[in-house]
Amino acid sequence: MARVIFTRNLQRHIACLPCEVRGTTVRTVLDAVFAHNEAARGYVLDDQDALRKHMLVFINGEQIHDRIALSDPVTDDAEVYVMQALSGG
Amino acid sequence: MSDRLLLATRKGLFTAARDGTRWRIAGVSFLGDNVPMVLSDQRDGFLYAVLEHGHFGVKVHRSRDAGATWEEITAPVYPKMPEGVEERDPWGKLVHWRLEHVWALEPGLDDESGVLWCGTIPGGLFRSTNRGGSWELVRSLWDHPARKQWFGGGADLPGIHSVCVHPHNGKHLTLGVSCGGVWITTDGGETWNCRADGMRAAYMPPERQYDPNIQDPHRVVQCRAAPDHLWAQHHNGVFRSTDGAASWHEIKGVPPSSFGFAVAVHPEDPDTAWFVPGTSDERRIPVEGRVVVARTRDGGRSFEALRHGLPQEHAYDLTYRHGLDIDETGQRLAFGSTTGSCWVSNDQGDTWQALGEHLPPIYCVRFA
Repeated sequence: MARVIFTRNLQRHIACLPCEVRGTTVRTVLDAVFAHNEAARGYVLDDQDALRKHMLVFINGEQIHDRIALSDPVTDDAEVYVMQALSGG
Repeated sequence: MSDRLLLATRKGLFTAARDGTRWRIAGVSFLGDNVPMVLSDQRDGFLYAVLEHGHFGVKVHRSRDAGATWEEITAPVYPKMPEGVEERDPWGKLVHWRLEHVWALEPGLDDESGVLWCGTIPGGLFRSTNRGGSWELVRSLWDHPARKQWFGGGADLPGIHSVCVHPHNGKHLTLGVSCGGVWITTDGGETWNCRADGMRAAYMPPERQYDPNIQDPHRVVQCRAAPDHLWAQHHNGVFRSTDGAASWHEIKGVPPSSFGFAVAVHPEDPDTAWFVPGTSDERRIPVEGRVVVARTRDGGRSFEALRHGLPQEHAYDLTYRHGLDIDETGQRLAFGSTTGSCWVSNDQGDTWQALGEHLPPIYCVRFA
């Protein structure tokens, strides 16, 4: 199972505790998280379900490439960090 | 007169209250967060605050108890873009179907319980019938071919910043669009027409200057008692309509300048209106560093520059389009500035009292 950790800045607005979920891509991993925490979806993804302009996702320390379809692969033991970009202010 | 004032600022939502003869800050919500818009719904007492998080997007919160507690409710969401579609504005900029900014939030009529209208960047109008529990994009306007000709004014992408609901007919809306002129529906949003004939856009080449759909009305307001009377503070001047936006005429001679963002009209007297002028498009500061409010009582034939109680030396306060408000009686006004000052007048602008001078940048001022 992939472990998903959210930026502390997000916790200020909405509960988003670290969790372990099944999934093979960033999309399926995040969908699995949001299935139990729908309110968090709009904080991370935009109206078109792409990654928000000033958000970043790392898999095992590597930034993802596909910010729109979120197709980067996620292995079973991966750590997925959802962070805020400094460009957002 | 209203004794409560809401200030939506870059760093929180402040509530000011009148305490004897003075105004004071009585409370703050969302301290530290960017709050570009607030609405106090007089029909049911609900408060709505729009938060714009740099990283996490636009959120809407609602309070049933005058701001003591808040709940996050649904924000307007644009529909999924059809596969393979790419939209660009007239300058070639990509227009993503995603909520960038809430630029207007207004209630429906008294007998339209729960109806809210929300104007946004990049140009979508949303309607809620359940106090913001859900929102629906008004597709008739979004899909209008002329909407795709709108372009950004004050922001990268176009937006709807003024929503005037006709006081006798909730299906009659007048929208102000930067940049897209003035748009009207009289059938609840089934059909739309651009109504900016007479407006002039000095920022366009001569052959395009009177094109209605490229006008930049910074703010449009409607007189409650005489709804055919509208005022617009435009990018390059002040314009007025007395025929429900069928035609507009330019008002010249506003002292000390006809540039600005905000306008307020007296709720009972359509000839009386207020503006907060800046120097010019390319110099967005008060003329000579002196904050003044311009008032006309005769439909724009003459103006007074009101300055009693306002700083007259090295003041660089700019007032944005939602930063000026007038209360239900038409006696009390308030305006806030980009440098965190707020002033209130109990006598239609003759004299002003500072409510705060070190607040965060103020985006929206509303009597509650």
